[in-house]
Amino acid sequence: MRRITLRHAWLAGALVLLATLPAWMGNSYYINIASQILLFAVFALALNTLVGYGGLVSLGHAGLFAIAGYTGGLLLAAGYGHFTADLAAILVTLAASAVFALLALRSTGIGFLMITLALGQIVWGIAYRWQSLTGGDNGVNVSTRPAPFGFSLSGADGFYYATLIVFLVAVATMAVFVRSPFGASLRGTRDQARRMTALGYNVWLIRFLAFLVSGFWSAVAGLLFVYYNQFISPQVAALTGSAEVLLMVISGGTATLLGPIAGAAIVVVMKNVVSAYVERWNLVLGVIFVAIISFMPEGLVPGSVRLWRMGWQALKPHRNPLVTSAVKEEGR
Amino acid sequence: MSLWLTLAVNSIALGGLLFLLSVGFSLIFGLMRIPNLLHGSFFMLGAYLGVSLLATGIVIGGTAFGITVPRITLIPQISNFFLAALISGALVAAVGGVIERFLLRRLAGQELPQVLLTLGFAFIIGDICLMIWTGDPWQPATPSQLAGAVRVGSLFFPIYRLAIVAVAVVIAIALWLMIDWTRLGAMIRAGVDDAPIARVVGIKVSQLFTLIFSLGAGLAAFGGVMGAPYLSVYPGLDFEMLPLALIVVILGGSGSLLGALVGSFLIGFLYNFGQAMFPDLAYVILFLPMLLVLVLRPQGLFGRVMT
Repeated sequence: MRRITLRHAWLAGALVLLATLPAWMGNSYYINIASQILLFAVFALALNTLVGYGGLVSLGHAGLFAIAGYTGGLLLAAGYGHFTADLAAILVTLAASAVFALLALRSTGIGFLMITLALGQIVWGIAYRWQSLTGGDNGVNVSTRPAPFGFSLSGADGFYYATLIVFLVAVATMAVFVRSPFGASLRGTRDQARRMTALGYNVWLIRFLAFLVSGFWSAVAGLLFVYYNQFISPQVAALTGSAEVLLMVISGGTATLLGPIAGAAIVVVMKNVVSAYVERWNLVLGVIFVAIISFMPEGLVPGSVRLWRMGWQALKPHRNPLVTSAVKEEGR
Repeated sequence: MSLWLTLAVNSIALGGLLFLLSVGFSLIFGLMRIPNLLHGSFFMLGAYLGVSLLATGIVIGGTAFGITVPRITLIPQISNFFLAALISGALVAAVGGVIERFLLRRLAGQELPQVLLTLGFAFIIGDICLMIWTGDPWQPATPSQLAGAVRVGSLFFPIYRLAIVAVAVVIAIALWLMIDWTRLGAMIRAGVDDAPIARVVGIKVSQLFTLIFSLGAGLAAFGGVMGAPYLSVYPGLDFEMLPLALIVVILGGSGSLLGALVGSFLIGFLYNFGQAMFPDLAYVILFLPMLLVLVLRPQGLFGRVMT
């Protein structure tokens, strides 16, 4: 009981911090970075549905993200209202997710990854080469941000609050989703697909629906992104984009609710900090990948906890050799 | 009429290049079950090294991060195109061997970490290439002994493109002979079918895997140099070639030489004819046969069903 209240206190504290952030952050540059973190956290949560809970690693999610951004952006540029454009963007992305899922779920494991990678590259190819539709390298400009219920999003603060609300809704639905019977069956298909089939579950359908859930939140994140930048270009659909969001999920720790959020914060902050000093973001991204795989394969957050504990154990006197060897084994 | 014929010759040439690229990918994926996302990077790195060898030789030194290193020529300039391609292939094979031996081996059987490691290295290699060779495209001249064209009737065929096809076919036959008819090939097949038993009878499976990985990396790099006068080398070539290798392998079936050959030529034709007929959608058309194969025959045209 005490743990739950402690947890509630933490959550309340985090919420208060997030809700009052523009007040004590002051500088709109930092508020914008906070908005970026939140919108990428939504994207990372979307991917985590598949990677963490479904055991299906997708390298094509930047494609879904970009489809939402492009559909929204192009419809807005064509003169449609915000509501129509956003709704259409989400529906189109859901349809695209269904196509992605139909093809990619022909296989699992590496096969799934390779097919999603190829599909993501198709989206990039369309965005880049089909100039008459997408404007090619010039991208699409979005001139205005929406003003739902008369609440203007054009400033940094307004946009931050809108992103925060979407983010909180996403986290809440994810929390419900994970604890629901459907979430449990999805984890079942990840761990014991054959047993789940034997128990009468339709493994394929569960994975398909999980893909749609993931596609929906990717679409929402894509729309937030296009409103945030008021611009979208083929670069968004590139493999780097899919790799970055996968890095967010993995660096934070998969199959946790907080992991992808922490991962999004780490990657966005690092990207902004690194870009301010050197141009070599891709190099840094690659080095982080290699370092994480080599030293903390379970993710930065659980990995740091483990390394911290190992260090703590080493400092303790009278250590039990059996315990330390168990810790070492765990580390492998 | 001659337009179509020219397109066909270009398609076959591109098919030959794609074969050099994807055969290594197919072997690594089919035999070792490693999804090697570095493969496009090997192609690009090889092409850059070949360009440098032909232009100036490999010279290190210069100023980076405020530190000045004296210029040292490691490998002198090479004027023979094929020799440059071979040396570049050997260098990249060594890079591939080191990555396999010291990093990928530790992750044997863990697909996700392998993917992330190779992806990480793909970004690292891509950025280092950008740093060294800058963002401008490089296009070496067509080698002089292969310049010109063969005349058949009233039609001209560029010798260089025919040479790419010839090289690809020679390598395909050599690989087939090696895998199907030599002791080494038998050991490789044994290692793939049942690694523990192969180890018990004294086959050093891990050494074979390093060999295959280096061979695949070297072939991709060799293909990169062969393709450089035709495709030119530029940043982003790595992630443009990687999906092509992926499609070829999905089409042909992993681990199958014949599949890689047929898949490469199919994609070569689709790419060139698509580009000529639907320039906006050429890239998308490439993926259509992949989708068809996935729906109708997920193991690929010549693939075995994976267990």
